[in-house]
Amino acid sequence: MATRSPAQAMIGAQVSREELAKRPRVGETLIQGFLFICGAISILTTVGILYELGKEALLFFRSPDVTLVEFFTSTHWQPAILDFGIWPLVLGTIFTSVIAMLVALPLGLATAIYLSEYASERARNILKPILEVLAGIPTVVYGYFALTFMTPLLRNLLGADNVQIFNTASAGIVVGILIIPLVSSLSEDALHAVPIGLRQAAYALGATKLETSLKIVLPGALSGITAAFVFAISRAIGETMVVAIAAGNGPKNFDFGQDPLFGTILNPFVAAETMTAHIVRISGGDLSYDSIDYNSIFAIGLTLFLMTLGLNILSQRFVARFREVYE
Amino acid sequence: MTSTVTGFANGNLAVEARNMHVYYGPFRAVKDVSLKIKTHAITAFIGPSGCGKSTVLRSFNRMNDLVATARVEGEILYHGNNIYSNDVDPVEIRRRIGMVFQKPNPFPKTIYENVAWGARINSYKGDMDELVESSLRQAALWNEVKDKLQESGYSLSGGQQQRLCIARTIAVKPDIILMDEPTSALDPVATLRIEELIQELKKNYTIIIVTHNMQQAARASDFTAFYNMDEDRAGYLVEYSGTNELFTNPKNELTEQYITGRFG
Repeated sequence: MATRSPAQAMIGAQVSREELAKRPRVGETLIQGFLFICGAISILTTVGILYELGKEALLFFRSPDVTLVEFFTSTHWQPAILDFGIWPLVLGTIFTSVIAMLVALPLGLATAIYLSEYASERARNILKPILEVLAGIPTVVYGYFALTFMTPLLRNLLGADNVQIFNTASAGIVVGILIIPLVSSLSEDALHAVPIGLRQAAYALGATKLETSLKIVLPGALSGITAAFVFAISRAIGETMVVAIAAGNGPKNFDFGQDPLFGTILNPFVAAETMTAHIVRISGGDLSYDSIDYNSIFAIGLTLFLMTLGLNILSQRFVARFREVYE
Repeated sequence: MTSTVTGFANGNLAVEARNMHVYYGPFRAVKDVSLKIKTHAITAFIGPSGCGKSTVLRSFNRMNDLVATARVEGEILYHGNNIYSNDVDPVEIRRRIGMVFQKPNPFPKTIYENVAWGARINSYKGDMDELVESSLRQAALWNEVKDKLQESGYSLSGGQQQRLCIARTIAVKPDIILMDEPTSALDPVATLRIEELIQELKKNYTIIIVTHNMQQAARASDFTAFYNMDEDRAGYLVEYSGTNELFTNPKNELTEQYITGRFG
C-alpha cells in the first residue's frame, strides 16, 4: 500500500476517550455572552423607559388636581387652570397621523410595487438612492417646508380664509411625504421576498403583469407590508419636529354642542397641537421638576406609548388572520 | 441535426421552431434549433446540463421574456403565427401554452383557489366548482383533496403539489403543456404517478417535457429530442426522432454516447 488518505487511516484505528472529551472553548462562551448582553441592553432600555414613564405618570395621576376620568373624558387641556383632558392633544395627533397615512400608504406602496415589479434594473438603481436621500433630510427642514411651502399652497388652493397659517393638514401631508421612503423601502423588501416561482406560475397561466403584482405578489407580501404600515404609523404618531413647527402651538380645546363638528372639531385646516409637539413645547420652557405640568408630559408620553402598542397588537392579529404563507 | 420527425400532417402540428437562436445578452445560449412538435403526443427534450433544453422549452410560451436580457431570433410558429412577432400578445400565448415548473410552486392560497385563479383571471364564465373538480380529476388529485379544498396548497405533499400545479394549468384549457423537469424534486413513487398522469393527459393536450432522466424519456415519451452543448457553449439540437428509434437505433454518435451513459 503506497499512500493512505486520512479517511482511510481512521478506519479501524482506535479512538481514545480523551479524543472525544469535551474541551473548553473560551471564545465561544465569550461571544455568546457578548451577544446576549447586546440583546439584553435594548430590552432593558425599553423596560427602563416604561418604568420612568409609569413612575412619573403615576405622580401625575396621584395629584389631587387631576383624576383619571377627567384625563380621559375632558376636551380641554389647559394646565394653567388645571384642566387636563387628553382629547385635544390626541385629536391633533390622530389628525396629523391619519392625513400622513393617507399620503404615505398609497404613494409608498405604489412606489414599492413599481420598484419591485415594473422598474428596469437601471430605473431602480437611480430611484432607490433618491428615495433614500428623501429619508435622510432632517425633519426640521420638512417642518419649514410645511410652513413655507405646503401651507401657502393649501391657502392658494382652498382660500386663505379656509386655511389657517398653522394647520394639521399641511403638517400631516408633509409628515406623509417624510415617511414615504420608509413605507416604500420596507414594502419593496417584502414584495421582493416573494418567490420568483409564484410570479412565473401566474404568468404561465396567462396573467398580466398587473394581475400578477396585485393578486399574487401583493397578497404574498402582506405580512411584510403590514409591518411596514405599522412602523410608518408609529413613526407618524411619534413625529415631532414637523408638527411642532407647522401644526400649531396650542391644544385645540373644544366643546361638543358649542363648536361646530365639521367646522372646527374635525376640521384639518385649523391649528391644533399634537401630543409630541406639546411635550416639546412644555419641556422646552421653564418647568420646575415635580410640578404638575412637568408630570403631565409623562402622562401624555405614556398615552402615546399605549397607542402605538395597541396598534402593534392589532396589526399582529390582522397579519395572523390574512397572511398567505408560502413554503 | 438528424431528424426523422418530418412525416406528420400539418393538422397534427402543434408548434414548430424554425432556425431559432436564443441569446442572453451577448451570450448565445441556443443556436439554430428547428423542430416540429406533434399534437396529442409527448415529446421529451433530453441532454446534459447547459445544453439549452429548458431554454428552448421556455421559448415556446415566451417565458424567456421575463429575463430582461433574453432575445429570440428565428421563428416559433403556433397555428401558423410567429409567436415572437411584434403584434402577438405574450399573455394570449401563455394562456394557450401552459407550463409546469421544476419545483412545485402552488400559490399560497387554498387548493380550490389555486385551480380557480387562472380561470378567473381569464374571465371564465362557467360553473367554477365544476371546473375545479374536473381539473383536479384530470390531474388525478380529486380523491385526495376533495374534502379539504379550503386548505392551503402548501398542506399537500410535494407530489400532490405538482399535480395541483398541473390541475391549475389544465383549468385554463391550454393546447400545449410545457413541463420543465416536473419530477426532479419528487420521490420515485410520486414521479411514477406524474408519468402515468402525463400519459392520460396526452389524449387532450400536447405535452413537451424536459427531463434529466433518460429512463423517464424512454418510458414516457413518444418523441425525443437530444440536445448538446457545442464548443462555443451554445446548445443545439443533435437528433430528434421517435423515442424508440432514438434509444434503440441512434443515428448520431453523440446521441449514442449520451444514452449509453458515456457523458452528460
